[in-house]
Amino acid sequence: MSRLQNIVMAALGADATVDDTLQPFSVISLSVPRTRFAEAAKALKKEYALLAAEWATDETLLGRGFGIYACYRKEAEYLIVKTLVPVDDPTFPSLTKKYVPAYRFERQMNSLMGVTPVGHPDTRPWIKHEDWPEDAWPLRKTFDASKRLTRGSGEYRWIRAEGEGVYEIPVGPVHAGIIEPGHFRFQAMGEDVLNLEAKLGYVHKGIEKRFESLSWNEASRLAGRVSGDSTVAHCLAYSQAVEALTGSTPPDRALWLRALFLERERIANHLGDLGAICNDVAFAILFYQFMTLKEEMLRTNDKLFGHRFMMDRIVPGGTVVDIDADGIRTILLELDRLLKEFERLVVIYDENSSVEDRVRDTGILSSEKARDLGMVGFVARASGLNLDCRNHHPFPPYDRIFVSIPVLVAGDVHARAWIRVEEIRDSARLIGEILKSLPDGGIAAPVHAPPADKAGFAAVEGWRGEILYWVHSGPKGEINRCMVRDPSSLNWLGLEQCIHGNIVPDFPVCNKSFNQSYSGNDL
Amino acid sequence: MIRILKQIFHTGIVTEKLPLSTDPELEKIGVKLEAAIRRKFQRSLTIRQVDAGSCNGCELEIHAINNPIYNCERFGIHFTASPRFADLLLVTGPVTHNMEVALKRTYQATPSPKLVIAVGDCGCNGGIFGESYASLGGIDKVIPVDAVIPGCPPAPAVLLQGILNAIGGQDPALAKKKKPVKS
Repeated sequence: MSRLQNIVMAALGADATVDDTLQPFSVISLSVPRTRFAEAAKALKKEYALLAAEWATDETLLGRGFGIYACYRKEAEYLIVKTLVPVDDPTFPSLTKKYVPAYRFERQMNSLMGVTPVGHPDTRPWIKHEDWPEDAWPLRKTFDASKRLTRGSGEYRWIRAEGEGVYEIPVGPVHAGIIEPGHFRFQAMGEDVLNLEAKLGYVHKGIEKRFESLSWNEASRLAGRVSGDSTVAHCLAYSQAVEALTGSTPPDRALWLRALFLERERIANHLGDLGAICNDVAFAILFYQFMTLKEEMLRTNDKLFGHRFMMDRIVPGGTVVDIDADGIRTILLELDRLLKEFERLVVIYDENSSVEDRVRDTGILSSEKARDLGMVGFVARASGLNLDCRNHHPFPPYDRIFVSIPVLVAGDVHARAWIRVEEIRDSARLIGEILKSLPDGGIAAPVHAPPADKAGFAAVEGWRGEILYWVHSGPKGEINRCMVRDPSSLNWLGLEQCIHGNIVPDFPVCNKSFNQSYSGNDL
Repeated sequence: MIRILKQIFHTGIVTEKLPLSTDPELEKIGVKLEAAIRRKFQRSLTIRQVDAGSCNGCELEIHAINNPIYNCERFGIHFTASPRFADLLLVTGPVTHNMEVALKRTYQATPSPKLVIAVGDCGCNGGIFGESYASLGGIDKVIPVDAVIPGCPPAPAVLLQGILNAIGGQDPALAKKKKPVKS
């Protein structure tokens, strides 16, 4: 019995029953009646649990209606609370007033599955743009995904600000740099930002629907392309979810190799981000220096593992590449050199007063806000929240090695940069440990055939933060639903909230310090 | 400051010769294409990158051609913030339904003569995302494409080679008139 389960059971009594759809060792799942769905949330909120994800499923192929799921997290535990709603009355009580992260999850559920959150304060569609047909709910089984959508008309209802001297700045979807598309709408007065509202969904590729038309193996390639910069973490989370569903266990060596890939991905991306933050405050030398270090890592990846970003190197059941003694030597030598260079650069960053002037006290996200908004990853850790799945919900081999989690309380651009500095140091140490204790043996084990109507769940700490996957098999053991929760789905809300009181020219560096994925959010 | 200067001297020049290959044939092409930029674009090829729906993998590699090791600026290639200054659109895909209009507008805002290169497997044909309600497939489904650079994602050296090939293969001043795109 878990504590979270006890809380819900105590509040709802006999109405809460254990749902055995999820494999027992994956995560605890409770079934509650629709009328008491919000009550469970209230009880969990009182005990300081956070909402990690909320999603809907179409279970009509299994003779049920729509499933509404909410996933809560507290310390080492995850708990999924589920309720069923009939097809002819697809409504459920909204959790938004209790949990802020539900705000966009529920808009998205309403937009893509056509299930209505009753009591939600904002009825605007999300991801689904206003020129889509109103009754296009792609995640429903009755929706024909192969047909193009017809394009209607319509306008997004932006939040407005009025008054003398107040003006608006529309930015995007095509941005000035080499970045992904999204629209930001600023209301400003002089240089001060009054409000920022993001409209995303521009890179919605129908990934969750696409999963349902692929085999379990093909789908692993798709998971690797949810967000290209987190390809290792997404592939790993997907693979773990499938392994949980089928009850398969990869060989030990594969688990350690996966951790090696994950930590290398973390270092490479953090290096790139540090460079980009310096670039956005016009400190070009560090931009080029950090980018050079990143490039060297990517080349080593290519040489040893056959791909610069290690795409498709992790599959359900294990990995597809191994490392030999020569490879281990190469990595250790590279890391040694890289760290020496890195420390020199960090001193330059730290000593430069013009950089400091731009990054300190800029874009502050307070601990309180970060908690309310359910932030994850380095954004959470820069705002005083000690959250990292490698520690609080360790998946092997992190249950056997010590991970040091840096936590800062300032919540500004500098804190988010400095968390990355500390994480690069720790990941380099972890790689050394992983390579030292790499067990012998094979790198892949067969994955059992998926049973019908079962679910698997996985949480992985990618470089950006906690990634959740929840996969559900249909009546023939095919993919019925694959829920993807990238850290960006939560953290984008944080960017909007950290910008108040800042000036418009500081937005790029604030955005860069978050560096959230558009693709991972839009799916 | 002294630390910065020390770091600069310590690093030296890391830029590598292109193409990153020992093949003498390719090296010759490299020299020829550099000459092409000089001749046709007055030493300055200006690129506007448009993400029409990619997973951001291609963007990472497009960023990389700007790093000191590939240093695309030495060929006169640089990236611009506005399509109005661009000679070439470097477009990654697949084109999503939600980006279709923005991509067409960007294309129309680019002055003629212009070149379009579709980047990545998804930019070429939709890749793993295929064609669906949300993904329209390759870039050529929405705007005319002059050249493609496949790969998932294409490595920086491949990207540079692809750009050089595309501008060497066609003189934009003489490029045939393309059909106008309706928005």
